[in-house]
Amino acid sequence: MEFKETQAIYVQIADYICEQILLHKWQPDERIPSVRELAVSLEVNPNTVMRTCELLQQQEIIFNKRGIGYFISPDAVKKIRQFKKEAFISTELPSFFRSLYLLDLGLDELKPHYEKFKKSNFN
Amino acid sequence: MINIQSLTFSYRKNKPLFENLQLSLEAGHIYGLLGKNGAGKSTLLKQIAGLLFPDQGTCEVMGYTAAKRQPAFLRELFLVPEEFYLPKVSVKKYVNLYAPFYPNFDEAAFSRYLKEFEIPREQKLTEMSYGQKKKVLISFALATNTKVLIMDEPTNGLDIPSKSQFRKVIAAAVSEEKCIIISTHQVRDLDNLIDSIVIIDGHKIIFREDVQTVTDKLSFKTVSRMEEVTGVLFADSSLRGHTIITRNAGNEQSKIDMELLFNAVLTNHKPIQEIFN
Repeated sequence: MEFKETQAIYVQIADYICEQILLHKWQPDERIPSVRELAVSLEVNPNTVMRTCELLQQQEIIFNKRGIGYFISPDAVKKIRQFKKEAFISTELPSFFRSLYLLDLGLDELKPHYEKFKKSNFN
Repeated sequence: MINIQSLTFSYRKNKPLFENLQLSLEAGHIYGLLGKNGAGKSTLLKQIAGLLFPDQGTCEVMGYTAAKRQPAFLRELFLVPEEFYLPKVSVKKYVNLYAPFYPNFDEAAFSRYLKEFEIPREQKLTEMSYGQKKKVLISFALATNTKVLIMDEPTNGLDIPSKSQFRKVIAAAVSEEKCIIISTHQVRDLDNLIDSIVIIDGHKIIFREDVQTVTDKLSFKTVSRMEEVTGVLFADSSLRGHTIITRNAGNEQSKIDMELLFNAVLTNHKPIQEIFN
């Protein structure tokens, strides 16, 4: 995993885990890799991964089974989408809309591009 | 776990390196010890390891006075120095000779680390390159499972793939009971591993905060125009723009830039220290 310079590492790891869940690579009720395993594979301090897990637990995306580890909540996908949509609309959309406006691109013009993107990336 | 009180030390008369230095470190963390050349990083590490003695003040480690070098203390501490000597024996012989001093030495873990670093076990230590020797020593250090692990510039001399391997083995070695102290110039090699920063300058410790507290109180960001921001505590300008430190007014979650923080603490110490007091 390549870390960006801009955001706290524990938040980036949370995003990474959420992406695995949204892409159905990690399924609901499945155990996620242990804090130690994640720390080793991501080459970060285990305390950082702990902080990620606390954040995701607080958002009810994962839950803790004492002595076994963290598991993905049954409605994790729904929860993530809820959080991510708000963030996407408030942080990423404005600059996207700005580009659309500057280039005089209509929203309906984008649809075929979006369909093509979905086909080539997620099929 | 480590408690240094009013430590004064000098190599030469009337030229004190440390004056009234205070530092306390706890288990369960990886401390990054930062300082300019000659600030006394290695000297401080040697004080903790009992290799140098305080002129005044005390240096207590795990409840032992480091300078007394009691066996019970020595078997729970390992120092990987920047410059080291390894005898003309094979890796296997080396382990047979030195592992018995460490009751918690983990032979299986040692093999795992060597494998991770791709070190051949049969080769003589003196026939290895500097980087390979260093990897043997780091592997041995981790395998001793001592409560205190000190590494002086561990990534010096490691090639690019080994730096990633090094981060992996360190991440695996962290535990609640261990206190790991790493001094380094190459902060970027280790900035995701270090969870507490200790900066030494001008005879004493001038900064000691955990990374979480730092990012709670300070914001690290890159801006294209300095006029856009107010309250800049430190700025470093390049073609990419200005990387700056400001007070974290909102609830920003920025990524710590240790080099920038280091430069900021050294050049603009007072206003930064005030934010943490």
